[in-house]
Amino acid sequence: MKFTLSWLRDHLETTAPLDTILDTLTALGLTVESVENKAEALAPFTVCLIEEAERHPNADRLQVCKVNTGTEVIQVVCGASNARKGLKTVLGRPGVVIPSTGQALKVGNVRGVDSFGMMCSATELLLGTESEGIVEVEPNAPLGESYAKLLGLDDVLIDIDITPNRGDCLGVLGIARDLAAAGLGKLHPPSLAVIRHSDLAGCDTVTLQCDTGVCPHFTGRIIRNVKNGPSPEGLRKKLQSVGLKSISTLVDITNFFSHDRARPLHVFDWDKIKGNITIRASQEGESFEALDDKTYTLKEGSTVICDDTGIISLAGIMGGKSTGCDETTTNVFLEAAFFDPIQIAMTARPLGIISDARSRFERGVDPASTLPGLEAATKMILELCGGEAGDIMEAGAAPSFNTPIRFRPERVESLGGLKVAPQRAAEILTSLGFEVTGSGEAFTALPPSWRFDIEREADLVEEILRVEGYDKIPSIPYGVRPEAKPLSPLQTRRFRVRDRLAGRGMTEVVTWSFISPKEADLFGGVPESLVLLNPISQDLSVMRPSLLPHLLSAVARNQNRGADAVSLFEVGPQYTNPTPEGQHMMAAGVRAGVFQEGNWTQKTRPVDLYDAKGDALAVIEMEAQGDRATPSWYHPGRSATLKLGKEVLGYFGELHPRIVKAFDLKGPVVGFEIFIDRLPLPKKKTTAKSKLILSPYQAVERDFSLVVENAVAAEIALKAAQKADPVLIQDVTLFDVFDLGDGKKALGIRVTLQAQDHTLTDGEIQDVCEKVVASLTRATEGVLR
Amino acid sequence: MDLKNQILTDIENASSLQGLEDVRVAAFGKKGAITELMKDLGSKTPEERREMGAAFNILKQELTDALDTRKQMLEEADLTARLTTETLDVSLPPRPVASGKIHPLSSVMDQIIHIFGGMGFTVAEGPDIEEDFYNFTALNVPAEHPAREMQDTFYLPPGATEQPYVLRTHTSPVQIRTMLKGEPPIRIIAPGRTFRSDYDATHTPMFHQVEGIVVDKHTHMGHLKGCLEEFCRLFFEDPALKLRFRPSYFPFTEPSAEVDIQWKGDKWLEILGCGMVHPNVLRNCNIDPDVYQGFAFGMGIERITMLKYGIEDLRLFFESDLRWLNHYGFSVDARE
Repeated sequence: MKFTLSWLRDHLETTAPLDTILDTLTALGLTVESVENKAEALAPFTVCLIEEAERHPNADRLQVCKVNTGTEVIQVVCGASNARKGLKTVLGRPGVVIPSTGQALKVGNVRGVDSFGMMCSATELLLGTESEGIVEVEPNAPLGESYAKLLGLDDVLIDIDITPNRGDCLGVLGIARDLAAAGLGKLHPPSLAVIRHSDLAGCDTVTLQCDTGVCPHFTGRIIRNVKNGPSPEGLRKKLQSVGLKSISTLVDITNFFSHDRARPLHVFDWDKIKGNITIRASQEGESFEALDDKTYTLKEGSTVICDDTGIISLAGIMGGKSTGCDETTTNVFLEAAFFDPIQIAMTARPLGIISDARSRFERGVDPASTLPGLEAATKMILELCGGEAGDIMEAGAAPSFNTPIRFRPERVESLGGLKVAPQRAAEILTSLGFEVTGSGEAFTALPPSWRFDIEREADLVEEILRVEGYDKIPSIPYGVRPEAKPLSPLQTRRFRVRDRLAGRGMTEVVTWSFISPKEADLFGGVPESLVLLNPISQDLSVMRPSLLPHLLSAVARNQNRGADAVSLFEVGPQYTNPTPEGQHMMAAGVRAGVFQEGNWTQKTRPVDLYDAKGDALAVIEMEAQGDRATPSWYHPGRSATLKLGKEVLGYFGELHPRIVKAFDLKGPVVGFEIFIDRLPLPKKKTTAKSKLILSPYQAVERDFSLVVENAVAAEIALKAAQKADPVLIQDVTLFDVFDLGDGKKALGIRVTLQAQDHTLTDGEIQDVCEKVVASLTRATEGVLR
Repeated sequence: MDLKNQILTDIENASSLQGLEDVRVAAFGKKGAITELMKDLGSKTPEERREMGAAFNILKQELTDALDTRKQMLEEADLTARLTTETLDVSLPPRPVASGKIHPLSSVMDQIIHIFGGMGFTVAEGPDIEEDFYNFTALNVPAEHPAREMQDTFYLPPGATEQPYVLRTHTSPVQIRTMLKGEPPIRIIAPGRTFRSDYDATHTPMFHQVEGIVVDKHTHMGHLKGCLEEFCRLFFEDPALKLRFRPSYFPFTEPSAEVDIQWKGDKWLEILGCGMVHPNVLRNCNIDPDVYQGFAFGMGIERITMLKYGIEDLRLFFESDLRWLNHYGFSVDARE
């Protein structure tokens, strides 16, 4: 909402300096977005008169002008085609900065002729209008006068942000009322106009039919014999000063009331209305050509104003082209009505129409302003356009939405944290237009008709607080002794997982929860219930069934930028259905190319399955069973599923070559996915660790080299070795795997033996070794090498 | 005594550890000069033995000391000589250890959780895909509210209850879930993913928010101010940080406020919205608004991350560009 300081002063008598006004606006909840002082930039540009204009001796398109500045006559070379003798225009002298270029003017020499200034176009002055040639100032403008002042721009333009609940402040009057309540001056409410009508012929031949279900209150009147045309200077400048286009006196008057009192009005050319006026709900598919030259097709249930030929106005949103006013309009029908905010919003939104009327009716226009608005506008029309006003036609009545609210002033302190005396609370409410009855601890406050957002005590507390100023509320240190750690063990795990994976050299990313259907299909696809109805793009149109696709795309992007060692992970959600149970918290990661960049101490190596396995185990931090069956996006021979009983904890392995190709990756590529919320929480209730018994007796190590078929899992051998003597065997490790060719491999297994109560004898060691060999060969069908 | 002097001279002249060892063997070895002398002792009278034995012991001690001293000196010289040849290029970089980075959003969430955790808040969670009821209706957002426009909210096909599913547009539905599940006093924060259909230089279709809510019998706006002041000052690590609370409007709070901070300059920067929980919201969660009250707040995590760390382009948060992550990301040990 834009307004100028001088417009504000129409309603507010104040001596407050600008800064105080700006600070108070923001403190009231009318946040100042910008303050513009166009006069500053335009100040050095003044009105001048071209006294002579002759063709430049060396250029056909240029003229050499003698220009009267009001104090002297100077020579200026001008290229504008409209520069001519007798024209009053706008001059900038050497040294001034041209707003459009930011460059300072210099004394110029154009093809051998000196030029001591520049006559400017509206574009060069950043006045926003399309312009051909230099500005043409009206003939009676005083020479030497500041052009900004002439335009009425020598004023401060303030733009404030209006929250959806403050439709009343979409009029300058409402803003002035808030400022007055905050103690910044005295409010001058406009006086109520009452127009005596003359008995106009013809009015009684027209009937007004209004469905008060769609329009609770509709008023209008005919004004005959008006003279429409350009608005008088004062009105025109006022509208222009806030960025509104001046169209014609009649239209400008309606725009004025819209902006001044948040009271939209509409003018119809009476002679273009055919027959009677009907206000009704639209039918599905009806169409209507609006003042913006566009044709809109309506849905069922929009409020429309019709004559016998059809729709002539989309009520409260935009008038129709067929009945619009122009310079030829002599008889006018002026409309003031109250339309339902919700209905206006529901109609205008799908049509995408933005208008000053819509934005006001949508937030709620003061229902009590209908008749006063009609009268005030009539008065102005009669003053500026002449004519005679007819009787007011009226349907329905001004609705009243507000009911008295019981108010305990102590709530300002107990809810708002600020102690305010009951008398002061009453004073504030009264200054905002509330009707306050009672006193002390038992108030009743009836909200003013222009406020739609006041329904309960808490709303009154806010009104009092914002006028007193939120900054006055004393800040009380908040904090209670924490009863629990902020994160549950489950939540803590997500942060630990991040730390652990980053500690393993992986970098965390955060990627979209949605992906393309094509990518989703590579990872099992998604059900219909996870397809967005209104995606931002096709690429982000379904909820992801896995974190891997975005991770793989990220790998590809980094590889394309030249990264050789890419290892990324994400801790985030994936989705199998829209219910809360169908949203899983995952930790997933991928490594591609080489494991870290090479360096002088260590050659680099390609990543492999065992990196991903290490990552996966680092996440789950527990024993899990392996299962060779994995989802289709993994390499079938180089991947595994991790399970706890029947529950799948996750997967790890090399990505399927088809996936690597689909994402255009430089391999090898390995990855893992873990359902971290499925991991069981540690059961123990104690903080103590299991007891450590250190044997004082020597441990001995024995190595075995076992030759087995390639298909034999090493894990079988390791478990078999351990089982050979669970008491004396303290540890079993795999220290080597060697490919012998011919489908065989050698496993190097180291067994550590130790007793708790004595040093092992050679005989005991020999016995255990024989048991290990027997167990190994039995379990693996291998032979000892 | 000549023998003693001879041996002492030999010790003195020994120039290597091996040479010194030879001297020791020549004196104390099986056939060493001193050993030989000792052998004679057996043939002496007990009196002579006692006398000579004492003299021998003194001699032996003297020679042993000389040997040890010389040995120590020679070892020292050897070590010095060795150390002058043993050099490595200390300028070579050390063996690198694998080090990844934590995304700035995770780090900031961690910070937020710990600051509010210190004030007694615990973390609550809710789903990303929400029912319309939790995201809008229960939060007092009427059907015709602009936030419900298709342009702002991502919709999914309705579920079994005919309730439209939406991608939550804010973390506020966690308020509702928490209040419906538990009894006051309630004191939670809810960080998480949020979604709005908007994609330009300053908006991404997915972003993160943290929600906070307190419900009890006495918490008022003064506490809200104190709580958020403490948070902002701790988070931005500026104990003198200035905050401005100004009236605003949200359907789910009354009174409502927006909070600006004066961060690195005199311009006010909006960082969060807050207010006292709207009576209708409490009522929707079966909490009696005549008995209970409290505050709620919500802020964009990307926004405060950008401000705190001087990150300029919002979109790069989700680009997974290793160059950006290495620069703006956090090392594991950076966690406090």
